[in-house]
Amino acid sequence: MDFAAVVVMEICYAIAVLVLISTGLAVIFGMMRVINLAHGEFLTLGGYAAIMSNQAGLNIYLSILVAAPLAAAIFGFLVERLIVRFLYGRLINTMLATWGLSLAMIGGFSMIFGNTTTGITTPISGFAVGKYQISGYNLFVIAIAALVIGGVYLILKISRAGLVARGAMQNPEMAQAFGYNTSRVYMFTFVAGSALAGLAGGVMAPLVGINPAAGAAYIAKAFITVISGGTAVISGTLASAGLFGFVSQTFTFLATPVVGEIALLFAAVVLLRLLPTGITGRFLKDKV
Amino acid sequence: MLREASLSAIIGLILMLVAPFVFDDIYTLTVLVIYGLLALSLGFIWGFGGILCFGQAAFFGLGAYAFAIASINFAEPWAAALIALIVPALFAAALGAMLFYGRLSDVYLAVVTLVATLILFKFMNSTAGSAYKIGNARLGGYNGIPGFDTLTLPWDRSEYLIDESLYYFCALILLAAFLGLRWLLTAPFGRILVGIRENELRAELVGYDVRLIKTLAFAIGGMLAGMAGMLFANWAEIVTPNLFSLSQSAEVIIWVIVGGAGSLLGPIVGAFALGALKFFLGQQTLVDNLFVLGSLLVLAVLFLPRGIVPTIALLFKGRRKGIRKKGARRTSRRRVRHAR
Repeated sequence: MDFAAVVVMEICYAIAVLVLISTGLAVIFGMMRVINLAHGEFLTLGGYAAIMSNQAGLNIYLSILVAAPLAAAIFGFLVERLIVRFLYGRLINTMLATWGLSLAMIGGFSMIFGNTTTGITTPISGFAVGKYQISGYNLFVIAIAALVIGGVYLILKISRAGLVARGAMQNPEMAQAFGYNTSRVYMFTFVAGSALAGLAGGVMAPLVGINPAAGAAYIAKAFITVISGGTAVISGTLASAGLFGFVSQTFTFLATPVVGEIALLFAAVVLLRLLPTGITGRFLKDKV
Repeated sequence: MLREASLSAIIGLILMLVAPFVFDDIYTLTVLVIYGLLALSLGFIWGFGGILCFGQAAFFGLGAYAFAIASINFAEPWAAALIALIVPALFAAALGAMLFYGRLSDVYLAVVTLVATLILFKFMNSTAGSAYKIGNARLGGYNGIPGFDTLTLPWDRSEYLIDESLYYFCALILLAAFLGLRWLLTAPFGRILVGIRENELRAELVGYDVRLIKTLAFAIGGMLAGMAGMLFANWAEIVTPNLFSLSQSAEVIIWVIVGGAGSLLGPIVGAFALGALKFFLGQQTLVDNLFVLGSLLVLAVLFLPRGIVPTIALLFKGRRKGIRKKGARRTSRRRVRHAR
């Protein structure tokens, strides 16, 4: 019984991590058809921002939940203005340019912070379930993931800004004719996606430790989750994160973490072969 | 056509013979030639097939590993070299068939090729235990496989191909691959492939089996990348999982895009230029290597989307035909794409 609770908890945690690290990418891809391959480095940037501000004396929760997304948002703003906005509508070119950005950021990080792993301690202690120990921070991650996905859903679905954003993505000319500045809408969407990436990086920082190349561990998973999810931001991300988190964690329990990772990647390949436009290309078509 | 081909063969031979005198570090020069072959393999499927593979390193690594494993098991390097061509070609054909018969394109193709590379990378990294072995060859996890027999002269088994002889061997293979691809692109197969790149639906309606042709082109690209991997294994005398890494895949794409995807010469030039740049950057510690490469990729996408070689070719053509009007730009881009 205790073991079952631990397993369920671990699966939920794996799904939450996937949701957290891919929501930022999903917002940018789903809304703008732009793949930001520097997403992993945006996460790393958030992680560094959280660690730096915590070391400078800022409260740990403020560092994770405010400083990290803020730093990534500012950087995302610069990237959008200087690089991405010239490449809208050219999917492959944006992928290549942001991949270059990703490499440049890894190089930049190792020039600034050196090639070492830094980290902060988890602020929440664990608790025992029967004879097993559960990390309290994992629960925090699950809660943040739920808040993030719920928040993005509400903003897109209910708020005026979300309506304008969805309209501008669906039919840019029409939105422009109504007097909305689509270029600015794109900019805000990209900044929002970057901020979400930074938040994810901040939240993950106490768990994994940050080094210049840490983003590489995330980008592939986030990329796979988003593409397999399809263009619907919320339902797609939830569906594929749920599936992949379940698969990888189950195989991790049955065999080793490496087998879990490989099972995740394999599931993605099979899924894309069967549903070439992602889960929401076939099901849940008109959802957000 | 024949005259043009023999002209480029002669120029290639001269370059090959002159290069060691200009660039006297033959060890580095050899790996640049190998990188050139790897870039050529991606340049072919991307520039002429329109297939942007994010996992060219998978075939590169497979070729190297296949050579190392076969060489240990059969103690017959030339047989191992043959196997090192067949394995990646078959893998590419299987992966390609899955992709193209499933009609995946663009970003989905990018994801699947990337994922395939990652699977190999993760798997090879986790094979440290003694349980993982193929025949007598232990896979060795992140330490890789050292100590396999490298290529020898076919008629003298004691004479290993190292230093200069390995350089000339690699350079000859690169030249042969270049000429072979040039020939292929003028043959019906190449014409159809370019036709598919230009308009897939039209090629299909005309009656060509788009899926089969793309799969075959992908397999050829995989085989060439595997050949580069085989040569790399001979050069490095060790194979490690880093051959499968994402940064290896990224580097190939950077070479091709900087050199120019629409030509066969471009990727080779890109690989040589950036490979040499990386070598010089490796000798100093002020600026990080990746920082420079990444920034170069961003700048190339933004300002030089056609790459060095086609842009230069365009300049030459422009000068010969006088100043072009603005409206002629689109046709000139077409022409450059076709120019090899």
